[in-house]
Amino acid sequence: MTLAASSIGRKVMMALSGLFLVLFLTQHFSINLLSVFSESLFNQVSHFMGNNPIVQFILQPILIFGVLLHFTMGFLLELQNSKSRSVKYDSYKGSTNASWMSRNMILSGIVILSFLGLHFYDFWFPEMNYKYIEVLPLDADRYFEEMVHKFQSPARVAIYALSFIFLSLHLFHGFASSFQSVGVNNKYSKSIKSFTVIFSIVIPLGFIFIALFHHLTAF
Amino acid sequence: MSKLNSKIPTGPVADKWTNHKSKINLVSPANKRLIDVVVVGTGLAGASASATLAELGYNVKTFCFQDSPRRAHSIAAQGGINAAKNYQGDGDSTYRLFYDTIKGGDYRSREANVHRLAEVSTNIIDQCVAQGVPFARDYGGLLDNRSFGGVLVSRTFYAKGQTGQQLLLGAYSAMNRQIGRGKIKMFNRHEMMDLVIVDGKARGIITRNLVNGKIERHGAHAVVIASGGYGNVFFLSTNAMGSNVSAGWKIHKKGAHFANPCFTQIHPTCIPVSGDHQSKLTLMSESLRNDGRIWVPKDLEDAKAIREGKLKPTQISEENRDYYLERRYPAFGNLVPRDVASRAAKERCDAGFGVNKTGEAVYLDFASAILRYGKEQAHVKGLDENDTLLVKKLGKDVVRAKYGNLFQMYEKIVDQNPYEMPMMIYPAVHYTMGGVWVDYNLMTSIPGCYAIGEANFSDHGANRLGASALMQGLADGYFVLPYTIGDYLSNDIQTGSIDTELPEFEKAEASVKAQLDGFISNNGKNSVDYYHRKLGKIMWDKCGMSRNEKGLKAALREIKELREDFYKNVNVPGKTNEFNEQLAKAGRVADFLELGELFAKDALERTESCGGHFREESQTPEGEALRDDENFTYVSAWEYNGAPSKAKLYKEKLKYEEIEVKTRSYK
Amino acid sequence: MNLTLKVWRQANADVKGKIETYQIEGISPDMSFLEMMDMLNEDLMSKGIDPVAFDHDCREGICGMCSMFINGEAHGPDRLVTTCQLHMRKFNDGDTITIEPFRAKAFPVIKDLTVDRSSFDRVQQAGGFVSVNTSGNTQDANAIPIDKHDADKAFDAATCIGCGACVATCKNASAMLFVSAKVSQYALLPQGKVEAIDRVLNMVKQMDEEGFGNCTNTGACEVECPKGISLENIARMNREYLFASLKG
Repeated sequence: MTLAASSIGRKVMMALSGLFLVLFLTQHFSINLLSVFSESLFNQVSHFMGNNPIVQFILQPILIFGVLLHFTMGFLLELQNSKSRSVKYDSYKGSTNASWMSRNMILSGIVILSFLGLHFYDFWFPEMNYKYIEVLPLDADRYFEEMVHKFQSPARVAIYALSFIFLSLHLFHGFASSFQSVGVNNKYSKSIKSFTVIFSIVIPLGFIFIALFHHLTAF
Repeated sequence: MSKLNSKIPTGPVADKWTNHKSKINLVSPANKRLIDVVVVGTGLAGASASATLAELGYNVKTFCFQDSPRRAHSIAAQGGINAAKNYQGDGDSTYRLFYDTIKGGDYRSREANVHRLAEVSTNIIDQCVAQGVPFARDYGGLLDNRSFGGVLVSRTFYAKGQTGQQLLLGAYSAMNRQIGRGKIKMFNRHEMMDLVIVDGKARGIITRNLVNGKIERHGAHAVVIASGGYGNVFFLSTNAMGSNVSAGWKIHKKGAHFANPCFTQIHPTCIPVSGDHQSKLTLMSESLRNDGRIWVPKDLEDAKAIREGKLKPTQISEENRDYYLERRYPAFGNLVPRDVASRAAKERCDAGFGVNKTGEAVYLDFASAILRYGKEQAHVKGLDENDTLLVKKLGKDVVRAKYGNLFQMYEKIVDQNPYEMPMMIYPAVHYTMGGVWVDYNLMTSIPGCYAIGEANFSDHGANRLGASALMQGLADGYFVLPYTIGDYLSNDIQTGSIDTELPEFEKAEASVKAQLDGFISNNGKNSVDYYHRKLGKIMWDKCGMSRNEKGLKAALREIKELREDFYKNVNVPGKTNEFNEQLAKAGRVADFLELGELFAKDALERTESCGGHFREESQTPEGEALRDDENFTYVSAWEYNGAPSKAKLYKEKLKYEEIEVKTRSYK
Repeated sequence: MNLTLKVWRQANADVKGKIETYQIEGISPDMSFLEMMDMLNEDLMSKGIDPVAFDHDCREGICGMCSMFINGEAHGPDRLVTTCQLHMRKFNDGDTITIEPFRAKAFPVIKDLTVDRSSFDRVQQAGGFVSVNTSGNTQDANAIPIDKHDADKAFDAATCIGCGACVATCKNASAMLFVSAKVSQYALLPQGKVEAIDRVLNMVKQMDEEGFGNCTNTGACEVECPKGISLENIARMNREYLFASLKG
């Protein structure tokens, strides 16, 4: 209980859920990437993820819990922080001693959260509707087309790309910072930082690439 | 009034403390709960005493003027703390530490006190390690030692250049533990304004809350003054800006004798004054003298050219440099004791050889140390010893490892790179050996009022050895006072709590308020600092590193005149019932203006030279200090009689039973 | 040098403050920032204006009492120094300098640039110590050898001067660097390990109660810390805390 009530405990939960989300992101990216190479493989894997009971009824709830935990703790901590300085500085040079990314996690977080809303609206709600509400017949080949269809709208692709830029900024600080929060700061920290830089550029850029690829190559 | 009774226990010096401890009266744990003790000051002495008294069970109220007890100026001590542990197996012992301290003090301290100090020194190290003080260690995990200031053994424990900080934070943590337990009540930003005496005993203090100006009364069965030294009477010193004599001076005016006020230590390795704006001086550890060579130009013309910025010290060739300490004291060279090194610097600068624009600085040069270390390193690593660039680089690395933090500090302040250009140094007031007179139990001449740490006069005689101030502060606070105070308090177990409504409290409070109101309503034209600076100049010029009858007599007159002018013309803005730094400062400077006069009077009376006190009339033909043991082997204890000029002198004769009195020689 | 100073003035904790602008002339580059403030105050007093209240004591960078937020940075633009060691040569003739108090809910303003940092004391009182009595009967100092690396790390953490620059700088006004320095010092030493669990739990609890923000790992505190206390200490405290709350 102390853990959930204390600032450090909350921070640890932020970090752990964040790291979990990083894993999820990697997995999500790998599947998306398949769509560039092979329609059928993409459909196959998507079908498996969408209908495997372990993924659907165990991993999916854990993922949702992770997302909820991550942003709930984020907001709780932000609330604490917003109360910690009642009179603001007249002159404050945050940029001289800390990166923009680290100082604006709540901003990038909110952008990503909003994007998640859109993403759910685009994919997850229709998916849930298809499978569990209307209970439409199984169709192992529908996924690729559904996705390509979504990427037809230039506006959606633009929002998608912008969101991933924010995700990149969020990851840029968040990934390495998670290790610090759970108490890892040692001789490996430099490597973790370097890996973070690569990861936070490659993965979001990859997502954007996939979206653009389908936007440009369809029809 | 009283005749001095130092209450030194009888018996051989080595057994005095042990015997005394086992014979003095104790207070039972149940009764300690009924007894209140006030401690003023939270430096090493005050913090350690508060913690230990609280641990023993007394109710402690502790006061400091800073925003936290951790700010006390003990925190600035750099070098280390002595203890006769003999971990290095180099022949150290309690006796040797005792002997070195007496000799270093130029035979003007009490044998019994100093021996006790040497005895408990080892406990201090044990205690501090147990508290989690991170002393320097060797690769085997054991405590490291270094040698310090003119002794022949390595007995100094240290934590890089921040030993005072680490020890103070240790004592502060011990205090915090007791504050958390409710045994110490801590009053930050409170200044002691006066001592309250009831029926001849110290029974409490009057304080001012510096945040809101409230005058408060605090009753207690005993009052402990641990407010540090009075070096700030010189305005410029290495003391903190807030360091003051007020607590000690207030009790002096209420009956406590003030001992040896003229014994001041002037530290040779401080950063010189840069201009009139200077507010304080910064010390650099004297360990620098282990490797730095001190010099001035041989030629007056060269010195002048340097002062005018036409010449750089590196342009002066070896044969045109005067390494005056090596010249005058071939045996000890640059490592002569502090007082000797300071006077020699002053002598050269007075003769016109000073090297900064104020003419008051000498060089401390690491060039030859850099070369020496560099060659050594090149040899060890099998590199070319004749490659000057490489040798210099290697040498600088060694010097950086040893003194890096000091070099960095110097560069921040002076804006010159000491690896390339010799450092400039000049002596500055650093520590006051004199202070409130106390007996063996550390009680002042007021029953129930104690003085510990730098605030008392007891252990350092006329000159303090390096790394001994920390030792004394903690010895008094952790291991001496908490025992000796019980002897006195054992008579107070039935007294009950002290009533602060007594007329004595009322009177003391009224006089405090009257003084404060007086300052505010004075509406003069000069700021408090104006007077403090003037006082400092008189003190430095006439009661500084060397003193003579004419100057001291002039000082007596000038200080008195300055004080009168101060009360007529000082301007203190604001109100009494608010946060008012100027008002707090005014009270402190008022006390300095009185102490300064007593200081000069004491210096005038002591016509010998000893330790930090150098009377020009008493020197050898070669210009070395000349002690007069026949006439001056005593402690001067002054009793207040309405004004500093009327102070009455009592002499406590010093007897040397263990140690033969000799002339110090460093030739 | 001639400067324009924009200084936060606030008579006491109960009233609102505001920035006042003063001109000051004849500043020497060799002055420390606080000596410049002394000069300003002499000038203000001569004009019948209340001098600016600011905390300061040792003026050699070790007591931790001075505490100004200068041009948007704790202890000003120089690194690894406190305000008392900041020299005017870091500024240029004609500069405008904004001087504010360290701001945090846990550091209420007392007057002008003076703030109350007793919250730091209370965090220390909650557990920043080793429970050992000063009996004089503790075991010999060399009874437990300590790995030099650990001893050195403990020392580095222990050099914290408690000035509060970390809190003032942190966008969240978090005290994690300060608290973790003390927790680390003891966690690294065998003497401190005995009560490590209670210490970290109690100190963090007190830290939260005082109203400090939490740590976002921006690293600003480490950059502005006059003693260069490392973020490693915060990681260590996180570790200690996690372990303590799982075990305790």
